[in-house]
Amino acid sequence: MDSQDKPVGLRKSLFGSSALVFGWMSALLLILLAIAPTKNFFSEWHGYQNRYLKLIGARGDAAVLRRHFEPGVHQIWNPDLGVVDRCTTCHVALTETTLGEVTEQPFSRHPAMPHKVDQFGCTMFHRGQGPATSVQEAHMSTLAWEEPILPARYMESSCGQCHRGDLQGTPQLNLGRKMLASDGCVHCHTIKRPDGTTFAATDDPPSLAHIADKTTREWVYAWLKDPQAYATTAKMPNFKLTDNDARDISAFLISSSKSAGLKSVSASLDTAKKVQQDPALQQKASSLYGESFCASCHAVQNAAGNVVGGNLGPELTRVGTKVKPEWLQAWIRDPAAYDAGTAMPHYRFNDQEIGMLTGFLLAKADNDLLANVHLDPATPEQIANGKHLVDEYGCSSCHEINGVRHQENFGPELTRIGSKPVAQLPIAPGVQHTLPDYVANKLKQPRAFGPSLKMPQYTFTASQSDALVNALLAQTERAHTMPAALTTPATMPSHYEPAGRAGQLMNDLRCFSCHAINGRGGDMAPDLTLEGSSVQRAWLLQFFRNPNTLRPALVRRMPKFNLTDSEIAALTDYILTVYQSPKVDQASMPNTGYSPAEVEQGKQLFYSRYGCQSCHIVDTKKDKGYIGPTLTQAGSRLTAAWVYNWLIDPQALRPGTAEPNRHMSDADARALTAFVMAQKGSSKQEVAKK
Amino acid sequence: MKRILPICAITAAILAGVACSHMPGSASSVKPTAYGAALVESSGGKQTGGVGAVLAQPVVVQVNDDQGNAVPGALVAMRGPAGVAFDPAAGLSDSSGQFTTNVTLGFGPARYQLTASTTTKANKTVELKIDEIGLGYQQTLGSQLNDQYCARCHNAESTPERVSNYDNLEVKPHPFTEGDTLNKMSDADLTSIISFGGPALNKSPLMPPYGYTLSKAQTQALISYIRMVSDPPYGVPGVVHVEK
Repeated sequence: MDSQDKPVGLRKSLFGSSALVFGWMSALLLILLAIAPTKNFFSEWHGYQNRYLKLIGARGDAAVLRRHFEPGVHQIWNPDLGVVDRCTTCHVALTETTLGEVTEQPFSRHPAMPHKVDQFGCTMFHRGQGPATSVQEAHMSTLAWEEPILPARYMESSCGQCHRGDLQGTPQLNLGRKMLASDGCVHCHTIKRPDGTTFAATDDPPSLAHIADKTTREWVYAWLKDPQAYATTAKMPNFKLTDNDARDISAFLISSSKSAGLKSVSASLDTAKKVQQDPALQQKASSLYGESFCASCHAVQNAAGNVVGGNLGPELTRVGTKVKPEWLQAWIRDPAAYDAGTAMPHYRFNDQEIGMLTGFLLAKADNDLLANVHLDPATPEQIANGKHLVDEYGCSSCHEINGVRHQENFGPELTRIGSKPVAQLPIAPGVQHTLPDYVANKLKQPRAFGPSLKMPQYTFTASQSDALVNALLAQTERAHTMPAALTTPATMPSHYEPAGRAGQLMNDLRCFSCHAINGRGGDMAPDLTLEGSSVQRAWLLQFFRNPNTLRPALVRRMPKFNLTDSEIAALTDYILTVYQSPKVDQASMPNTGYSPAEVEQGKQLFYSRYGCQSCHIVDTKKDKGYIGPTLTQAGSRLTAAWVYNWLIDPQALRPGTAEPNRHMSDADARALTAFVMAQKGSSKQEVAKK
Repeated sequence: MKRILPICAITAAILAGVACSHMPGSASSVKPTAYGAALVESSGGKQTGGVGAVLAQPVVVQVNDDQGNAVPGALVAMRGPAGVAFDPAAGLSDSSGQFTTNVTLGFGPARYQLTASTTTKANKTVELKIDEIGLGYQQTLGSQLNDQYCARCHNAESTPERVSNYDNLEVKPHPFTEGDTLNKMSDADLTSIISFGGPALNKSPLMPPYGYTLSKAQTQALISYIRMVSDPPYGVPGVVHVEK
């Protein structure tokens, strides 16, 4: 009995009767049941929703806003994209158009955007933790998970996850991607797009195989120490080499150089010497430099310190300190003989002209640059160490060097840099431990993250650096798993090659350095893909002989290449035959034979109805429009079929052209064509033809 | 419970103390060596930049005395709306009386009014307001379209790279910064004039129609850009607040 009494006694002393037990248990159950609603009631998001109701309560449109408002946790769910975003639980008024002036977060309206909120959710763009419902967890924490909110300046990177080509509205992303290819990044780092294609370099660092033909060891030394001291626009980054390292690398590069066997013409060298000594001759040479439009590609720093000219070729401010006279005259004679891949055209200059230009450029010297450079003859040990350093710094990733293998993947691959885990990022003093900060600071001070790093110092502006960070952050894991239907592809580089003799000539003249045809080529000069449809044969022949400019406002112009008649005929025939648009039917409109009445009607339309004179000049005394080409000789230059089709839809023939589509009637387009074709030009043109 | 409360209070006090000591921009760290009487803007106002980005040019203000001479060594402090950051946020004017700071804009597309302030000898605060413009997605798109289609006529500024056509036109176009005129036009009017040309609103036919060239979204983007850069600023017609 004793053994049975004991537990009963204990139970009694604790709870009293069994009814009391029931009471206690019920109370406990109630409390347990109440935990969830209480937690909910005191949760952060609930507080925000209450504050929102208070905020709209005082407004005139409260009734409408309240009808739009739904209490509770909101969620945007897109299983295809792996998006579970509860951001709209607190950001309740993202799409309320009437809340434009509310700036208080989290209630402000979202600024205009290209996609709907519920289409892709929020975290695809802003990053952050989608399922979280507290401020700290959703935005800030970097410890528990990897993606804190993306700073606004890098927002364009998110667009790049799906939009793999150029996109209007994201200039930073576009610039960044262009710079990855043009500023040397991809020579060391492999960067692949999600579709598997690789960012290909668009620049062409010079080959150093014949460097001793071109310049001296002293110049190489000074350049290695500080490329921007030679030219402020120099693209080569600063490797922060010690004096001894620069001494040894310059020794190796010069000793490994082999002669390119360039032809030296003494007549040119003699002229060059005369030009250097005679200011009057220099003046003449300067005119030749101007007439040849060298400045379209090459810049020179003027007295005021401004760099004036194009950036396709290297800056020439101090070129006289760099190059040897024998090399320069050979280069101007035929650039491809020294560097087969150069973008510089093969001008047909005579020996005298070559001498003039050589002398003019050699006079652009800066004696201070090499004043303190004194190098003793190189020892075999120095040369050996130089080779070792060239390997170590990865010089051959960019440059061709005799005896050194081209290095692939010298730097780490950056294909998924936009999703690099924070835990893997090195720490540097003064740099926040986030991915955007790491990438931005890596570009700013590459070697701040460790003493043995080799990445050189670049001279990017803040805006360029932001652009590059945008392009790199777009390389996310997510971009690689995006359903193909949601992505827009990158425009692939075109490998178009013109054929035959004209093709050879076009390559020799490096037409593609400035003009694009069928997707290949530069954007400095007009796209020539449809040129054959647009111009008349006589005009094109004349243009090659003497390329006077069509647009008075342009500073960069087509140079005169001094082509032979046979070369001109080959190019003209090829362009007129091959570069045709199927939309433009030459037989549909005659180039001549329009009646004065038609022309007069077109004139009325030109000046009054369509106001064409705001952009084009027909009457040089009266019209002043500077935007479109001058039309004074349009009737001798353009084909009527082209003019008509252009008037009907300019964008169809040249996408992005500033001339708007006027949606004009067929009759108006015909009358205007008649008027434009009646503009046969001044007598000056006739004289030039003879 | 009675024992927990004081512990909570002490913890809260300590946390608050720690938080306060981490607050940046305490002006007491730099002592002015001189005092000015006025602030003038030297450069860097009315710039446009992407939201959250550092403006291309730094903002430079000059401290002057009551004679209009530059005052070196005066303390200048900067402040702005939420999200705006300055590097540095406060400092002494240099030998030519100027204080230079790099400005990072906030995250929303808006006009940002920055305030530079300095104290006079009489311990009065002198302030200078500087406006900057942050372009969001829509305005950035508008700005690109402006460059492509509009700026050649509507921007009178000529550069060697891009010669302006403004001076060549008989009827002068309105620069987009000309708020006095453009702010009076409704969005619908601007849409008409962009889409159907000048004659749509009885204006010059030299303004051609872009309705068949630009999409609706592009026209909207252009208008939102025009609204953002206009000077004086374009006021959004606000919602009427009703007292209950």
